[in-house]
Amino acid sequence: MRSLENIFRLGIKELHSLRNDPVMVFLILYTFTVAIYTVAHGVKTEVSNASVGIVDEDQSNLSRTFAAALLKPYFKAPEPLTPAEIDAALDSGTHSFVIDIPPDFEADLLAGRRPTLQISVDATSMTLAGNGTAYIQSIIAAELGRFLKTENPESPVQLQIRARFNPNLESSWFTAIMQIINNVTMLSMILAGAAVIREREHGTIEHLLVMPVTPIEIMMAKVWANGAVILAAVLVSLLVVVQGLLGVAIAGSYLLFALGTALFLFAMTSLGITLATIARSMPQFGLLAIPFFVVMNMLSGGVTPLEAMPQALRTFMQAAPSTHYTAFAQAVLMRGAGLSIVWPQLVAIGGIGAALLGYALLRFRQSMAAAR
Amino acid sequence: MAAAPRRQASTVTAPVAALAGVTHRYGERLALADVSVDIPAGCMTGLIGPDGVGKSTLLALVAGVRRIQSGTVTALGGDMGSSAHRQTAYARIAYMPQGLGRNLYPTLSVAENIDFFGRLFGQDEAERRWRIDDLTRSTGLDPFLDRPAGKLSGGMKQKLSLCCALIHDPDLLILDEPTTGVDPLSRRQFWELIGRIRARNPSISVATATAYMEEAAEFDHLIAMDDGRVLATGSSRDLIERTGAGSLEDAFIALLPEERRRQRKALVVPPRHSGDGDAAIEAEHLTMRFGDFVAVDDVSVRIPRGEIFGFLGSNGCGKTTTMKILTGLLQQTSGSARLFDQPTNAADIETRKRVGYMSQSFSLYTELTVRQNLMLHAELFHIPPHQIRARIAAVLARFDLANVADAYPEALPLGVRQRLQLATAVLHRPEVLILDEPTSGVDPIARDTFWEQLIRLSREDNVTIFLSTHFVNEAERCDRVSLMHAGRILAMGTPAEIVVGEGAPSLEVAFIDLLEKAQEPSASDAGPASGGAPVTPSPLAIDRAADQSHRRELGKLWAFARREALELVRDPIRIAFALVGPLILAATMAFGISFDIEDVPYAALDGDQSAESRTFLEAFAGSRYFETRPPLSSPSEIDRRLESGELRVALMIPPDFGRDLLRGRTPEVGVVLDGANTFRAESTRGYVQGVLNSYIQDLARRGGLEAAIASPVNIETRFRYNQAFLSIEAISPGVLMMLLIMFSTMLTALGIVREKELGSITNLYAAPVSKLAFLLGKQLPYVALGLVSFTTLVLLITFGFGVPIRGSFLALALGAAIYCCAATAFGLVVSSFVNSQIAAIFGSAIIVTVPTVNFSGMMYPVSTLEGGARVIGALFPALYFQRISTGVFNKGQDFAALYGNHLVLILFCFAFWGVASLLLKRQER
Repeated sequence: MRSLENIFRLGIKELHSLRNDPVMVFLILYTFTVAIYTVAHGVKTEVSNASVGIVDEDQSNLSRTFAAALLKPYFKAPEPLTPAEIDAALDSGTHSFVIDIPPDFEADLLAGRRPTLQISVDATSMTLAGNGTAYIQSIIAAELGRFLKTENPESPVQLQIRARFNPNLESSWFTAIMQIINNVTMLSMILAGAAVIREREHGTIEHLLVMPVTPIEIMMAKVWANGAVILAAVLVSLLVVVQGLLGVAIAGSYLLFALGTALFLFAMTSLGITLATIARSMPQFGLLAIPFFVVMNMLSGGVTPLEAMPQALRTFMQAAPSTHYTAFAQAVLMRGAGLSIVWPQLVAIGGIGAALLGYALLRFRQSMAAAR
Repeated sequence: MAAAPRRQASTVTAPVAALAGVTHRYGERLALADVSVDIPAGCMTGLIGPDGVGKSTLLALVAGVRRIQSGTVTALGGDMGSSAHRQTAYARIAYMPQGLGRNLYPTLSVAENIDFFGRLFGQDEAERRWRIDDLTRSTGLDPFLDRPAGKLSGGMKQKLSLCCALIHDPDLLILDEPTTGVDPLSRRQFWELIGRIRARNPSISVATATAYMEEAAEFDHLIAMDDGRVLATGSSRDLIERTGAGSLEDAFIALLPEERRRQRKALVVPPRHSGDGDAAIEAEHLTMRFGDFVAVDDVSVRIPRGEIFGFLGSNGCGKTTTMKILTGLLQQTSGSARLFDQPTNAADIETRKRVGYMSQSFSLYTELTVRQNLMLHAELFHIPPHQIRARIAAVLARFDLANVADAYPEALPLGVRQRLQLATAVLHRPEVLILDEPTSGVDPIARDTFWEQLIRLSREDNVTIFLSTHFVNEAERCDRVSLMHAGRILAMGTPAEIVVGEGAPSLEVAFIDLLEKAQEPSASDAGPASGGAPVTPSPLAIDRAADQSHRRELGKLWAFARREALELVRDPIRIAFALVGPLILAATMAFGISFDIEDVPYAALDGDQSAESRTFLEAFAGSRYFETRPPLSSPSEIDRRLESGELRVALMIPPDFGRDLLRGRTPEVGVVLDGANTFRAESTRGYVQGVLNSYIQDLARRGGLEAAIASPVNIETRFRYNQAFLSIEAISPGVLMMLLIMFSTMLTALGIVREKELGSITNLYAAPVSKLAFLLGKQLPYVALGLVSFTTLVLLITFGFGVPIRGSFLALALGAAIYCCAATAFGLVVSSFVNSQIAAIFGSAIIVTVPTVNFSGMMYPVSTLEGGARVIGALFPALYFQRISTGVFNKGQDFAALYGNHLVLILFCFAFWGVASLLLKRQER
């Protein structure tokens, strides 16, 4: 009971510290509004806005239908290029695809001479290159079918493809939620860890350690206070920015998501504190934090799905709370999964968090006292 | 005391500095109220008065390190409000801020610290060498040239600070409480040193604030201040005569307004009744080692309940360490420490409630107000809620803090902050008080008030008090004192016993004798042999006219760069993090990020169960893109298994699939994708289509269908720059781009805000240097570090990942150099914008990560970005280096194709320098 009072009281102190740092408050607001909106709104993982150049050496009716068939929003209006411009267009990055229609293309086709049409792809951006090529190929195939008026145009089997949870496969839905996850990861770790280092550099930790409070109380206070601020920011961001401005349909329960986020914040703030017991100064902490949040942002299953990663790395990433949180958040927010489905993730996050907190506790007093 | 040539203030014609109608406020609080006063030239001027009456503010305004709010300040014949005059004046003023060694760089050695200041003032190597030699010899620091400043004792730190201040032969020396927190011997040596400097350069003017009245009595001219106003000026004899008092201290009291004077009464220490009784604090053979260094060496002390026990000794002699062991903050190497007859134990919460501790440096929260700090303390000690308000009110009144109750400690003068720490330490009514230099920097009146409290606590409440002090008059009030030096106790007993034991006229002389005796063999903290090394006049004159030349400016830039580099070298862990971090990250990302999705888990609901449907599904089972999961048994299962994430795609084969297929009736296969991850869903859709196509071709080849499906057109796809379509080829240039900017920015992001937090920013305020020299000097070492990191990363990418450099390496390297420059400059922008180190770290992380990962073409092509994303991407340097990196690694481009990006990056450097200069303040507010 006393312990809880102390934790509560020390947490309130953390909130005061935050309130007195207007730039920090501004940065938190920026993180959960502007940063999420611009990324979700601006970045498309689906084929969208792709810039195509067409080298039409045929100038036939057919070759012109290709340009007309590349439609917005998937493609920008194709730009005509001369054969000599192909390299420059790809080198400079202004065009991601160049379609080269050879002379006499239509005539050769009608004569059954099977002409060759070339698509040059800038393969340095692989997200777009793969899917975009598939799109262009199927568009060309459809145009050819219409032109040749084939009775049985494509295939003996038809596919009826439909996407659950995001019917139009709008990547902003996915990106918005991934951005929230990324920003929570970064902020929670840095905020709690740096708060510990600050206590040490300002000498206030020394004062705390002679008072009747235990290290676990000091740590739990940092966990709850920093966690509460971020949780509030996340929920508001989800409601206002993600659901409101970006129009994402949130499928699952807010309450369940809040619960999982709270657990995740517990794990991440514990990680931040652990790092703070390793780094000896703020500059060291800043550098030490980078690998952690970059790895968690890039490899938790958001940017690259886990199944696309090498097995060893996949196993390794199971130790990161963010991997389980990514799976959890996607399941609850996008797929509307309930507790019966996501409980293994929650257990994993909680377990990792408890282990981290335990480790931080082991190091805490020793590292705090030695630093002075 | 200093045997300096004394002058009468009245003989001085023109003052060296003057204030006219100067008013200064910190928020609501008035620090100076319409002050007009002259500081006479060529003599020693002392500012005396209680804490927080505006002494520091006045000195900072004269030194030009604080911005004038209203009124005029002239110094050295010019207006300190004019930046042009300040630029020339800085070269002739030396300013030593309050606080032990606050403007020093703790990891730099004694010689390096002085050398840095010499460079700041544009001195050449020969001159610096001569001056370092001269200054350290005359201060007795010469045996310790290689010792880091952070490891010096307080007295030595102040001497070093003074050396740094004197390196440029100033005409006006401004010292803000230079001897606060310094032991009596070092204090005497310090003033002897000032005396010698004045003897050598009689025209030098010295303005100093001090809390020691006995020091002030020796000055030529005094300015007595109270409550932001000047009470009186004149020599100490003038003041004494004018008030008819017996001493300067009494004279000052007499000058105070009536109601302040009443607080003051002679302090009497009633004798202690309970002669012995049980021990509250007991240490036996206590020893503490830090590596080779013995901080506390076999110390035994027994302090009975209710005794006031004083600890004296130079800074760094082991007093603080002993106290920390007794509070449980440190664990001793050997010996025993007992509180209330219990061994000290870090985990013992109950004992902590019975102890009040005050550490030497301020250790309360600067982000909480005075009252909030007290509240926090009261609640953590579980003082009953109904008592809290009254208790806080009582200590606020007792320590004269009521008028600053809602102020933040940062805005308060040192002495007031000390009082707050004391108030906090006694708030929970502890039985034992352990106070580490509690009155350091506290003015005499407040010190007396505080001692009244201590005496009452000891005599009435039987509280045991263990304190350390540098004030001999405080030592005289203790029941017993001990003198410590180099970890050992030199003498212990009642003040009278010690005076008699040494055969000295006073306690002060007894201590100094003891210390000098102890120091002779070891010569560790000693000043020079009495009289000091002969001070020779400087053979070199500073050519101040040449001070503004470009060569000098470059030298100053180099001074900052060199110092920053030295600090970096002294922190090998930071270098290791900065160099190894990127390599580990590059390796994990290069192998982890893949755009080539494989093994998509799928399951089928086969409603047909025919030979045809099985053949169709075998096509999926055989594909490397799919991984088969147990089949679905009902449509309702689809949602559930997709929801849980077990499946990413479900296939539904309709009944009669086989029959329809054979009859050419085109059956429809249902495909349900998990749309949660859109990129994966899109890829999966392509894979399903691909498997279907190969299935159909298979059918055709086996002649199972009449229609041949051979396409009438041959579509040839050429994946340019990355024929094999390998993720590692595409991701490596981006990884290089991302890691260089992240680490470079993070390295400099703390640069300015950290100096602000730790105090050394004053050196920028007080030196004749341009902001640009400061900024460039700060980033130069990190640009170099960035280039080392660049080299190792390129080696890893070419040899480790097998991604060759196809284009011009020169273009890449040059691009990297400019890019690192822009990134470090951006770090400085962040640093000058934020107010805390936490915000600097988080700010640089979030501000850099978002555009770097998303808007720079690393993951998603820039040409597809929309709206704000496109704009933010274009306004951040990452995009342009990404073009260079991809151009050189993937596209085989040379400088001619890429130079535009280099030019844009150069523009970024200038823009960031401009913004950082604008945000960086040249003076304190």
